[in-house]
Amino acid sequence: MTTYTDQGKQDTRSGFGAGMTELGRTNPNVVALCADLVGSLKIQTFIDENPERFFQVGIAEANMMGIAAGLTIGGKIPFTGTFANFSTGRVYDQIRQSIAYSDKNVKICASHAGITLGEDGATHQILEDIGLMKMLPGMTVINPCDFNQTKAATLAIAEHHGPVYLRFGRPKVANFTPVDQKFEIGKALMLNEGTDVTIIATGHLVWQALIAAENLENQGISAEVINIHTIKPLDDEAILASVKKTGCVVTAEEHNFLGGLGESVSRVLATHHPAPQEFVATQDTFGESGTPDQLMDKYGLNNKAIEASVLKVLKRK
Amino acid sequence: MPNTQELQDLVTQVRRDILRMVHKVNSGHPGGSLGCTEFFVALYNEVMELKDGFDMDGIDEDLFFLSNGHISPVFYSVLARKGYFPVDELNTFRLIDSRLQGHPTTHEGLPGVRIASGSLGQGMSVAIGAAQAKKLNGDSHLVYSLHGDGELQEGQNWEAIMYAAGNKVDNLIATVDRNGQQIDGGTEDVLPLGDVSEKFRVFGWDVLEIENGNDLDQVIAGLKEAKSRTGKGKPVCVVMTTEMGNGVDFMMHTHAWHGKAPSDEQLETALSQNPETLGDY
Repeated sequence: MTTYTDQGKQDTRSGFGAGMTELGRTNPNVVALCADLVGSLKIQTFIDENPERFFQVGIAEANMMGIAAGLTIGGKIPFTGTFANFSTGRVYDQIRQSIAYSDKNVKICASHAGITLGEDGATHQILEDIGLMKMLPGMTVINPCDFNQTKAATLAIAEHHGPVYLRFGRPKVANFTPVDQKFEIGKALMLNEGTDVTIIATGHLVWQALIAAENLENQGISAEVINIHTIKPLDDEAILASVKKTGCVVTAEEHNFLGGLGESVSRVLATHHPAPQEFVATQDTFGESGTPDQLMDKYGLNNKAIEASVLKVLKRK
Repeated sequence: MPNTQELQDLVTQVRRDILRMVHKVNSGHPGGSLGCTEFFVALYNEVMELKDGFDMDGIDEDLFFLSNGHISPVFYSVLARKGYFPVDELNTFRLIDSRLQGHPTTHEGLPGVRIASGSLGQGMSVAIGAAQAKKLNGDSHLVYSLHGDGELQEGQNWEAIMYAAGNKVDNLIATVDRNGQQIDGGTEDVLPLGDVSEKFRVFGWDVLEIENGNDLDQVIAGLKEAKSRTGKGKPVCVVMTTEMGNGVDFMMHTHAWHGKAPSDEQLETALSQNPETLGDY
């Protein structure tokens, strides 16, 4: 089993902030917009260093999306920042018409995604955003797994022309991907090769998948672990190559099982290579208040849940 | 520079284009299009500084954004007759495989269009963003936008109106087509807008009014006055009173022609009131 070391727990939103700091220094076309959540998005350094390239829009997300669309006309690369809930559902039509349909080069950067937002509860914990965004034609959807990968993704999307949804979170989690790993949009990362089952994970669940794989190895089960940071466009080839080898799959994500990564994987398999699949995801429910760990446990989104799903899917092979 | 008679001929020809476009496909929005004909003709032929050709970034030229996208017929006709695309293409309005979609879009690459619109209330935000990009680029050209009055019922406008004043977006001229009509009836019956000028004013905009937006001279003078007020720390709003359906007697003084095409007989009557000037497409 390939071993990974936690270089020290950090929040993925700080990875975004670090990426923005670097973009501020290297790409003069990058501009940032925020809807009264500068501290939460960790972009204060970008603002301090580039005050003329920062637009504070106040608590007005719809206006923020429209202004971002307009800023692209003239060659700017706008990065919008607010919580995932207010980055998607609240402004769906603005994104749909002014950004996606209009093919505007806007990067929608969404913090506090999923249930690990924690104590604020379900009003702020969106578990539907991946589905909302992946349904929009032309939208790229990215959900990196740790600090380093979020920083790398932030840099990569500035180089990609077209609308992007970049999703990251609030809690401090293991930081285990290499500091200098190049981020290739749409390219899955093989984290551990195995032969009995494929675990395809995204975001915070990737580290949990690695822990599950280690536990499973101790039980004599060889689990392949794939990090899908780009949910759209999905790396069909990597998924098919793995599942053809292992014969079954568990998908893991901090999102509703309706509309998430799991369903995207199902589509690929149903079309090309039907195989048993189990979904580690929320089960068509809203979240609630609690600590991130309590919530991940209660809603079945941790290494124990992945392990149980592996044992279940193996019986269906 | 065209003289007023040439522009007046263009106004009449654009009205014919609008009527023939919506009649052919038995759909589309003639009322607001006819009401804003003088505005579009004046804007594109007498007011805006435009480069030859079209590119999306529009650097070193004025930009225009249509927020109430349903009045696409007047937009398309004026763009075509300005040379952005062949006038014959007006024949394809709302047909399958056309670049002239029911509501304007960049999706099919139609020159002259920089944003999709139709879902209402979004254009002012976009215009603000484009205006701020111009400032970042050191480009002193202006950004113009047009909004229906009923459209102001969408809350996003008020986010944008507050933002533009608060951030001194003074290279923006937003015009409101105050025709007093929307689909379900008069604006003051559906949801009263009240004193639109005063609302913009208390939000911190410099506001001027065009009393008769169907008088070409008044429109040109009003827009030039608006232009002279830019660069002074405030966004500029033009509240322009128009008559929906203007130029066709039976389409005026009613909201009935907001989104309805004329029959064969009605078209004939309407065209007879707007005799061919520059040549039909």
